Amino acid sequence: MNPLGSLGAKPWLQPAQDVPAWGRLPFAPAQVGLAIFMAVVTALFGLLAAAYLMRMTLGDWRPLPEPPILWLNTLALALGSAALQRSSTLLRRGDPARASTAFVAGGGCAGAFLAGQIAAWAQLDALGYFVATNPANTFFYLLTALHGLHLLGGLAAWARTAWHLRSAPGARATRLGVGLCAAYWHFLLVVWLALLALLMADDAGWMPAMHHGAGTG
Amino acid sequence: MAQTAFVDEGLDHEHGHEPQGFIAKYIWSQDHKVIAIQYTLTAIAVGLLALVMSWLMRMQIGFPGSLEMVDQERYYQFVTMHGMIMVIYLLTALFLGGFGNYLIPLMIGARDMVFPYVNMLSYWTYLLSVLVLVASFFVPGGPTGAGWTLYPPQAILPGTPGRDWGIILMLVSLVIFVAAFTMGGLNYITTVLQARTRGMTMMRLPLTVWGIFVATVLGLLAFPALFVSGVMMLLDRLLGTSFFMPAVLSQGEMLEYSGGSPLLFQHLFWFFGHPEVYIVALPGFGIVSDLISTHARKNIFGYRMMVWAILAIGGLSFVVWAHHMYVSGMNPYFGFFFAFTTLIIAIPTAIKVYNWVLTLWRGDIHLTVPMLFSLAFILTFVAGGMSGLFLGNVVVDVPLSDTYFVVAHFHMVMGVAPILVIFGGLYHWYPKVTGRMLNDTLGKIHFWITFLGTYAIFFPMHYLGFVGIPRRYFEFEGIAFIPDSAHLLNEWITIAALVVGAAQFLFLFNLAWSAVRGRPSGANPWRSTTLEWQTPETPPGHGNWGARLPIVYRWAYDFSVPGAAEDYIPQNRPPERDAPGLHGSLRAEGAAP
Amino acid sequence: MAVGVILAALVVGSVIFSLLSPWWFTPLASNWGTIDDTLIITFVITGAVFAVLMLFMAYAVARFRHRDGARADYEPENRRLELWLTGATSVGIAAMLAPGLIVWNDFIRVPEGASTVEALGQQWSWSFRFPGADGVLGTADTSRITAENPFGLDPDDPRGRDDVLVSGGELHLPAGTPVKVVLRSTDVLHNFYVPQFRAKMDLVPGMVSYFWFTPEKTGTYEILCAELCGVGHSLMRGTVVVEDEGTFRPWLEQNPTFAQSLGRRPEQDVAEIRDEVQGEGGAEP
Repeated sequence: MNPLGSLGAKPWLQPAQDVPAWGRLPFAPAQVGLAIFMAVVTALFGLLAAAYLMRMTLGDWRPLPEPPILWLNTLALALGSAALQRSSTLLRRGDPARASTAFVAGGGCAGAFLAGQIAAWAQLDALGYFVATNPANTFFYLLTALHGLHLLGGLAAWARTAWHLRSAPGARATRLGVGLCAAYWHFLLVVWLALLALLMADDAGWMPAMHHGAGTG
Repeated sequence: MAQTAFVDEGLDHEHGHEPQGFIAKYIWSQDHKVIAIQYTLTAIAVGLLALVMSWLMRMQIGFPGSLEMVDQERYYQFVTMHGMIMVIYLLTALFLGGFGNYLIPLMIGARDMVFPYVNMLSYWTYLLSVLVLVASFFVPGGPTGAGWTLYPPQAILPGTPGRDWGIILMLVSLVIFVAAFTMGGLNYITTVLQARTRGMTMMRLPLTVWGIFVATVLGLLAFPALFVSGVMMLLDRLLGTSFFMPAVLSQGEMLEYSGGSPLLFQHLFWFFGHPEVYIVALPGFGIVSDLISTHARKNIFGYRMMVWAILAIGGLSFVVWAHHMYVSGMNPYFGFFFAFTTLIIAIPTAIKVYNWVLTLWRGDIHLTVPMLFSLAFILTFVAGGMSGLFLGNVVVDVPLSDTYFVVAHFHMVMGVAPILVIFGGLYHWYPKVTGRMLNDTLGKIHFWITFLGTYAIFFPMHYLGFVGIPRRYFEFEGIAFIPDSAHLLNEWITIAALVVGAAQFLFLFNLAWSAVRGRPSGANPWRSTTLEWQTPETPPGHGNWGARLPIVYRWAYDFSVPGAAEDYIPQNRPPERDAPGLHGSLRAEGAAP
Repeated sequence: MAVGVILAALVVGSVIFSLLSPWWFTPLASNWGTIDDTLIITFVITGAVFAVLMLFMAYAVARFRHRDGARADYEPENRRLELWLTGATSVGIAAMLAPGLIVWNDFIRVPEGASTVEALGQQWSWSFRFPGADGVLGTADTSRITAENPFGLDPDDPRGRDDVLVSGGELHLPAGTPVKVVLRSTDVLHNFYVPQFRAKMDLVPGMVSYFWFTPEKTGTYEILCAELCGVGHSLMRGTVVVEDEGTFRPWLEQNPTFAQSLGRRPEQDVAEIRDEVQGEGGAEP
């Protein structure tokens, strides 16, 4: 079933009489599309993390303190992720009413997460950690903003699916949509945890401060 | 299997009824064929802009001061916009948005892309990015003149044209383009993986699809680097952050920036920029393979090797980026690694060239216009590829970098060579798109002027690089080491460039005229094996295949099969019951070393 | 037939063009003859492969062009041929890469006893700094630059006081001594490029880059900027004069040291110089 599993095949020798298994992945197109999109987003955040690691070695880097509210936000995102997973399970078991409740809760948690992130920004801003004061600050705002935008995009898909859940709770497409939302939420949770780990590790001084030799003659 | 059956149901259901009315059919269309044409026409239109800018630049280089409108600022704006448009908005968009959109569903036997709505959004987002780009010509200060690489700090400092608005619009446009590309790319990959018709295994795909498929994978993983660097530079420019900006004293004024690294930008940019070369090259490799095979009436030589080479090139293209940075001031020890990987990538590339030439060997070569363009591609690509070995070989790059040698190299290998494939492809598939043939005589005139003309431009240009003439110079006034003969050569190159440019209008005329007056082509004028030529209607109707999807029984290259009545067997032709020995005998033959 | 002949003519023409071309390297004036040699090796190998491969293609096109009743061969692959070609290509690649890497290893290792000179680029001019009697360049930073202190030297650093400052874009170098060129930029990327020396390197604001060479032939050469640096890029020129040690020394002594440039005697107190600089420029890092 692996489409790339047959790279050694000699296609001119495949007997024409029987039509071979043509090796599609056992998933719906939307699932494959989402997986690819998640790969793209992983590349995006991976590159940002690489840039972060390179930039922090340049001497003027002063890590900023992570506001404690981030832990609360993380909890909200994790709860949202769990709620959507629950919703997907309930729907498959044929309980659209409770599935809807869980689904709405998942979106609500994501909304709370976003509000919390904005609150974190406000706190940092009040403490004088402005965007351009230090590259560590800039990275913090940039990473959280991009992550938030991806979640916001997810909420658009979530709203559409919520509508389907209302109008056609039994449809195959609705089940698929709820599953995709859950998968995307898990993914964004993992991305967020990775970003948080990066920020925390930096703050705790776990990163090796490499010497770059800038600015000397 | 249950899941995959679901795919067909969905598609058949969705394509049950055709959209009515001009706007639904041709403007807000979700049909991959219409979107492909939209992409192609937009790319050609914006490409013409870049062509005219190259004329104006060449006038300044060949005949300095002859055009009053080309001053230093405009010259650098033309340099920048010509490069950016050609690489991103023309080549990338045309190969993937144009050829990819048209050919993927038809070649794999699908009714459309799997996400038609997203596909439509992809085009309109691309158009938006083009409009933002073009808008930068009309803002105060004009478009950016930072060079297509947009290196900071220069790109956002005074002393560079378009520093106020141009660079902002440029970066915004690129970010939008990345979004457009991602939407398209998700479609291409998912469609290739999940919408292939029965019997179409990956190893039965035409190489065109392989090239576009792998190029799209590269694009999806590489364009985020452009996105990231674009967003970061925007922040540096708009909010005064210091990602890429060290402390700089710009024109007597100490700016607020400090501590940033220009090299960080270069690493990010080339992490995108080098795969970008292959994003443009791989679809070209694929298309030219199919053109050569079809018009030489012979199976592509070493199909498996060709697929593996595409995959190898795609993988390696992510570990060679810093060969653009040998003299950038980065840690010089990186040079060993990147020279090694860069020269390694020459091996799968060389294999592809051998296999094209070996496909011609003992072929039955029809010198049609697509075949002529394919031959021209091979020659141009090999010439440009060879000069790439100079630039990849780290220490040889040192005297040649930033000279006209580089300009000559990349124009041949990723400018002219892909354009020649695009022309070949357009002559080849035009009959399927319109149902009419392009005019052959005009095509041959267009071919010879374009091929010989571009060779006359860029082959001698390498030697200007040997002299050491630096690129991106507005004028060479008073540089003693440049001999007068070099100025003479520059005049000749400019004349050749004007002629080649003019010949493209012949092609445009041909495109328009033949759409109305061209000779009707029939369904399969080149007697080709691949599925797009086997559609029930030409041009293919909505949903491509009528009532039933085609079933694929063989690979894409059954040309001149011994014992077969005709010199080609379409992929969807069922085997003849009374000739079971055919493939059996081939199997025995193939097993012998 | 015609197409094959034209393709062949193009290949032969290219070879003839290469042999007769009046456009070739400028005469070498440094030790980097090895770079030229590596380039020639690459040129010969790639040129030969290009000619052979493309002549073969031209022949194939002429020989196997369509004739009535002709039919192409059917040959899906030929493992032995493909492996053989892959092997031969790898050998050719190695033959180019090996000398390239060996010379690169020389290129990035500055020899013992090399003298040092700093080239400072700004839009759109060059200036230079020699380390003075102590042989060491003093610390410098863009943020300290003022009209009085155009190199941004640290007045607290005693090693910088004897640094010799050369403005006006003309650099002199003694012939025969290896020189490490230390590169710094105050604003954007530049590139220190003298075609006759073969070597070049970018100047990157915020960091220090370097390359080395030995000027071997006396004479006057042009310094160009080879990295796009704004509208004045093509006007960013300088001059390098390679001369005998005997001519070089007096020239060097004509130029002021950092201390002298501030109107002070070299032996003057460091603290005074600092006050001077900071009092007028006010640039504190």
